[in-house]
Amino acid sequence: MIPGSKRGRLGWIDAAVLAAVATAVVAVGYRVDSVLEYRWDWSAIPNSLYRWDQEAGRWVPNLLMQGFFTTIRLAVLSMIPAALFGAVFGVLRTTGRLFPRLLSRTYVELIRNIPPLVFIFIFYFFISSQIMPILGVEDLVRGASPPTLRSLELVFGPAALIPNVISGVLCLAMFQGAYMTEIVRAGIQSIPKTQTEAGLSIGLSRWELWRRVILPQALRRVIPPLAGQFITLVKDSSILSLISIQELTFLAMETAVSTTRVFEVWITVAGLYFCLCSLLSLAFDRLEKSAVAART
Amino acid sequence: MERMTRAEPLIELDGVSKWFGAFQVLRGVNLRVAEGERIVICGPSGSGKSTLIRCINRLEEHQEGRVVFAGRELGADTTDLAQVRREIGMVFQEFNLFPHLTVLENCMLGPTRVLGMTPADARGRAMEFLDRVRIPEQAGKHPGQLSGGQQQRAAIARSLCMRPRVMLFDEPTSALDPVMIKEVLDVMNDLAQSGMTMIVVTHEMGFARTVADRVAYMDEGSIIECLPPDRFFANPADDRTKRFLSQILSH
Repeated sequence: MIPGSKRGRLGWIDAAVLAAVATAVVAVGYRVDSVLEYRWDWSAIPNSLYRWDQEAGRWVPNLLMQGFFTTIRLAVLSMIPAALFGAVFGVLRTTGRLFPRLLSRTYVELIRNIPPLVFIFIFYFFISSQIMPILGVEDLVRGASPPTLRSLELVFGPAALIPNVISGVLCLAMFQGAYMTEIVRAGIQSIPKTQTEAGLSIGLSRWELWRRVILPQALRRVIPPLAGQFITLVKDSSILSLISIQELTFLAMETAVSTTRVFEVWITVAGLYFCLCSLLSLAFDRLEKSAVAART
Repeated sequence: MERMTRAEPLIELDGVSKWFGAFQVLRGVNLRVAEGERIVICGPSGSGKSTLIRCINRLEEHQEGRVVFAGRELGADTTDLAQVRREIGMVFQEFNLFPHLTVLENCMLGPTRVLGMTPADARGRAMEFLDRVRIPEQAGKHPGQLSGGQQQRAAIARSLCMRPRVMLFDEPTSALDPVMIKEVLDVMNDLAQSGMTMIVVTHEMGFARTVADRVAYMDEGSIIECLPPDRFFANPADDRTKRFLSQILSH
């Protein structure tokens, strides 16, 4: 067979697999319909996404969309410190000095060997009782002038929830940063030592060597795994529902209870997560392609 | 010869020893290289040739003896190594160009970031040297798009852009096929004609014969002998040198 002619044409194996999958879907659907005796009612869903505000006279986001926006905020906001943790600790892990290496190793091992949920329970207590008062977030929000408050709300969402969102961001960034540390370390260590030697031999300083030779190459190599980790971060933000961060999963639980339409709500929520994550992976695909294009 | 021995050496290795773990790679090596002198170092693999020249720009740290460049001893307490290294060009067996930069950018990196030249000046200098290694038309390409010979010549240009006082070559043609070897050797010949001080680790005995002022034979971490090429090839004193030459010249 000519290579390439296989592409885009269905062989009999493909047809058989498709038929099997279709049969399975129909069978499961039938079982769910007959055994579960669940009466599907999607009418409550649009209203829990957006509701008509009588006073304002316009549509406003209801719980699910509020949660969705909070999730996006959490994801975007925690990506920055997570990437920062990853970059800093990742670089520290590759230095020759013992103490920085030990420090970042401890950070990574501590977080990788504790379930995220347990880590977040412990760390959230620490953040909310220790770090937030030090940062003085609540006082800041309370004392903010209207224009500052508006820009704060633009970034962090409704004023009342700002401390809540910041705690969530710190938790998420802390534990995702550990995984990013490992990715960055692997990226840096994949650059051959000969590149360092070549850089040193033309007299580059350590800093210039990093800035011009090692990091640009390492960065290109870590884009694909880092993209995967960012998407994991978005999905893992749902864990924050357990410390009462009012993101999509948390508000979905509330909506499911109040509307009693459990499946409909969760399927909608799954759809929202799916849209967000697939958009992200599309964006990262583009980024990766342009990085590859820039190289040749 | 008289002139060379009397002049202050540019590079002086004095009893240099080095160990990799328990294995001693260098055993009290002595070598003096005068400005403008061209030294070829040959010897079997594992004899410490590469390690020796890597000690000169301190890519390897020696443990005993002295390494002196332009009157300055290099050691653990040398804080401005980058300052010294910019004056010592190095060409590697595997070229080691920066793959994310174009050939031109490879050549401009040192001049702009180390010598503080403006991009326009650095570009001018880079093109001048790319011209000298006869690949000006490859300036805009990335290393991955070049043949091995072209990459090695680009690497030579990159080093030359720093206007070094000496060029070290670590088996520059070992990763190349015969046609490319000739391209690179031609460039190195030109460089030698221009009066550049060169220390070349190579098995290219033709190059050694025509270009070198002295040829050193290394074995088991020591320089066994270091003679002008006519005497080295015609009448080596040591049996090991004779055996090595008969092996390497037979093909």
